[in-house]
Amino acid sequence: MTSENFSALLPLMVLAATPIVIMISIAIQRNHAISGVLALLGLLLAFISLAYPLLVPPAARHIPPLLSMDTYSVFYIGLMIAASFVLTALSHGYLENYEGRKEEFYILIILGTLGSSVLVASTHFISFFLGLEILSVSLYTMIGYVRENEQCVEAGIKYLVLAAASSAFLLFGMALVYAELGSMAFPEIARRLGAPGLNTMLILTGFSLIIVGIGFKLGVVPFHMWTPDVYQGAPAPVSGFIASVSKGGMVGLLFRLFLEYHITQYSSIVLVFSIIAIASMFIGNFLALLQDNVKRIMAYSSIAHFGYILVAFLAAGNMGIEAGAFYLTAYFVTIIGTFGTITILSGKEREAEEIEDYRGLYWRHPWIASIFTIFMFSLAGIPLTAGFIGKFYLVAAGVNSSLWYLVIILVINSALGLYYYLKIIVYMYLEHTNEAESAEKAAPLPPSVSVVSGFVLVLVIFFLIWFGVYPQNLMVIIKSAIAGFGYAPMITAGLIP
Amino acid sequence: MTLTFLYLWFVIGGILAWISGRWSKNFPRWISLGFLSIHMAVLIIIWIKYLAAQSAGIQSGPWIMEINVPWIARFGIHYSLALDGFSLLLIVLSNFLGIMAVAASWEGIQYRIGFFHFNLLWILAAIVGIFLAMDLFLFYFFWEIMLVPLYFLIGIWGHENRTYATLKFFIFTQASGLFMLLAILGLYFVHGASTGIYTFNYTDLLGTPMSGTTAFWLMLGFFIAFGVKLPLVPVHTWLPDAHTEAPTAGSVDLAGLVLKVGAYGFIRFMIPLFPEASFSFAPVAMILSVVGIIYGAVVAFGQTDLKRLVAYTSISHMGFVLLGAFAWNQLALQGALIIMLSHGLSTGALFILVGDLQDRIHTREMGKMGGLWDTMPRMGGYAMFFSMASLGLPGIGNFVGEILVLFGVYQVSVTLGIIATIGFIVATIYSLWIIQRAFWGKNTQSWKLHDHNPREVAIMVIMVVGLMWMGLYPQTILNTSRQAFKNMRQYVYNVFQPYHQKSSAYQVNPARDEMTEKSLNTAQIKPKDGDQK
Repeated sequence: MTSENFSALLPLMVLAATPIVIMISIAIQRNHAISGVLALLGLLLAFISLAYPLLVPPAARHIPPLLSMDTYSVFYIGLMIAASFVLTALSHGYLENYEGRKEEFYILIILGTLGSSVLVASTHFISFFLGLEILSVSLYTMIGYVRENEQCVEAGIKYLVLAAASSAFLLFGMALVYAELGSMAFPEIARRLGAPGLNTMLILTGFSLIIVGIGFKLGVVPFHMWTPDVYQGAPAPVSGFIASVSKGGMVGLLFRLFLEYHITQYSSIVLVFSIIAIASMFIGNFLALLQDNVKRIMAYSSIAHFGYILVAFLAAGNMGIEAGAFYLTAYFVTIIGTFGTITILSGKEREAEEIEDYRGLYWRHPWIASIFTIFMFSLAGIPLTAGFIGKFYLVAAGVNSSLWYLVIILVINSALGLYYYLKIIVYMYLEHTNEAESAEKAAPLPPSVSVVSGFVLVLVIFFLIWFGVYPQNLMVIIKSAIAGFGYAPMITAGLIP
Repeated sequence: MTLTFLYLWFVIGGILAWISGRWSKNFPRWISLGFLSIHMAVLIIIWIKYLAAQSAGIQSGPWIMEINVPWIARFGIHYSLALDGFSLLLIVLSNFLGIMAVAASWEGIQYRIGFFHFNLLWILAAIVGIFLAMDLFLFYFFWEIMLVPLYFLIGIWGHENRTYATLKFFIFTQASGLFMLLAILGLYFVHGASTGIYTFNYTDLLGTPMSGTTAFWLMLGFFIAFGVKLPLVPVHTWLPDAHTEAPTAGSVDLAGLVLKVGAYGFIRFMIPLFPEASFSFAPVAMILSVVGIIYGAVVAFGQTDLKRLVAYTSISHMGFVLLGAFAWNQLALQGALIIMLSHGLSTGALFILVGDLQDRIHTREMGKMGGLWDTMPRMGGYAMFFSMASLGLPGIGNFVGEILVLFGVYQVSVTLGIIATIGFIVATIYSLWIIQRAFWGKNTQSWKLHDHNPREVAIMVIMVVGLMWMGLYPQTILNTSRQAFKNMRQYVYNVFQPYHQKSSAYQVNPARDEMTEKSLNTAQIKPKDGDQK
């Protein structure tokens, strides 16, 4: 390893060092504010240090065999650090209400970000697995962080059991691929796939098992069972973290492993992903229609949204990868804002998760309701929001690759999805319940808007509208990031079974 | 710059109106009215200048004004706006109905006034944007954004069943809009593949070479979106609900403007972009519109809810517009435009009347009305006038439009022309039915109501004057829109003619019907010559 390699790895190192610093500071003096500020500083520093991998010559960005800090990784890592930054700021307000120990939360959230970043940068099964496990382990704890709440602990355990099982599948898949190809490095795998006399069945089984592991993290059908319970049980900022950083890292890896290294040359793999995409879109949206809990709605809607992203994945080519990255960015901004608003609305005793909590919100708190409305519109893909351009990009990528049936299913689902987003909006603009009725129910939750969370939400809205009205800048950034996507040489000799 | 002003002005006005609602109930109303009036003044200046240039014979390019700057370079999307006579008239209509909507809800809307006017002005902004956009992406952008304020307008200030109505309306229009998006993208890639230039620009996309099947499917995407908005009969079910549940201003905007957007799309985008596919599809479309004309009228007659009745008549009237669009000769297109304008006024006025009536008697059930003329002679008189407009009485704008469309359609298909004429008869029945049930007969409920106040009279008088102007001297409108239609027909001719030397029933050649147009233009403005019934 050269010194250039080291500076390329600097962002990951900063991310790894920050939890240690926070740990030491906790050992010296327990202070919520200090831990929070340290976490934010660490993330800021990591974000700034992303310039280093860009400064070194392209060849030095690859740190074989484990990692590659190319522009593609840098883009995704930047996205995830920014998301964590916002979520950390929002968690601060949330944890203020929590009476247990608050400080360790920041260690976990940054470790999770580190795991996700490693995932994106990995070019080897080992780093893939390491990243995944760092992410998962910190998630187990984060989901069950509010130990006094039974639902929360239940969600944590549910996630733990299922994630462990899916990791086992993933490992087994990796083992099978390794058994047949004798390598765990992605470029080497791509190269050896072209060799004659391979047992394709074994390779396909291996990759299918890997898809199980990936599908679980993405929460796509049929690996989606955990999503609603975990989204509902976890603290709102953690649900936001799962929806954004955790899934985003996996999307980054999915695009890299399967597209850069041409695993999608197997038609059966494409078929599997098509089925997963279609099932996710339909089942996610249909089940969301039946929910009355906003966090559960978001869970099912995220299943559908990752189904949409798979359309971009299947469209492949530069356009598909760009569309995926753009959509993911738009989704990040929107879903973090959504969970941020839920966080703000949540009180000490319970979270604002029932749709009834949103009844007449506009007339009580016009600003919060307006902001939440914009997030819902972005999820639904209405113009002036990032979600609209994202959807446009996806459809464009699909049409470009002539995936007509997938695109039409996407369009139908987009209309289906409108129903439940509008349902939430309708509730916010309903009249006050009359006095007698509201006396029976619990009093409406008082929102807790701190300076930090208020500022952060305004920032998120700013990006949401910027990407929705003038997406050119982001598109240019993504385009140049994708340019670092070094397609491995394509070898197809006698592969397609 | 002026073009940007035309829609941005409403965006700003809407925000100011919303904010000012905190301090006083009257601020938002006056701000909206002020913004609309200034906008109208600008429009009239543009209009007069254009007419003067026309009569002086100065014609510079196809557009009165245009602006074209890059917006999203990655996709070749441009911020491209342009104005011609056709869109100018529709923008004038939008503004006019906007003023009427503000005036009509002056007393009817008593809570959340700031937000109400914000939505009202934003609907207008989006609609003006739609009429100006010459980049298909920008068009789709405005198209989708229009739904949001409309959704709030109906969803918050609507009547009893508003939640259901808004959901249905939103999902119908959104889903159909997405099919248009698919078609737009399809066209974009087809054009890019064959020419190497990836663009959403309308004028560049005209005449894109493509196979018949591709053209058909892409055309269908547009057809669904515009058909839902218009609305065409099998996909019209959102309309009666949305119109009925909307507050008066919402109904005026829906009937007066949103439906026009669909018709505008057919004429401006669908047929010029896919002339071949459109003309081969025309028999189906024209039959659907004739079915719409008859069906809308018959169902309207069957309603007991007065507002629902008026809503169904829109389906009938818009059938004529589509018929005219697909006939695609100068007469029919001019006629379609006049129907669009006069239907906006007459139906808008009827909705305002129903709103006034509902404010007084708190019901829309015709069974509970009757004999209202005795207690409210002024309102009765205006209702009479607008019902007559709706049934197509000569001397009123609707007649001119419908007769022009029929003249145009006769040249294409005599059968359809004859069947469409039956629409007039049914229209007579339901129009007279309104008057008979609501205003004549016995005052069974012994209503004692206060008649129209000066504000309401003023609204009605302005609407009457507008309709009479179009009915008695439609030449202003014909002059304004002539060149725009000619340009569009020229594009279509250029693309269509090489394949169809012996052009069938379609007079796509603009030069050919110059004669007929001239002779008819001079003949038909004397409406007293004869009643077509």
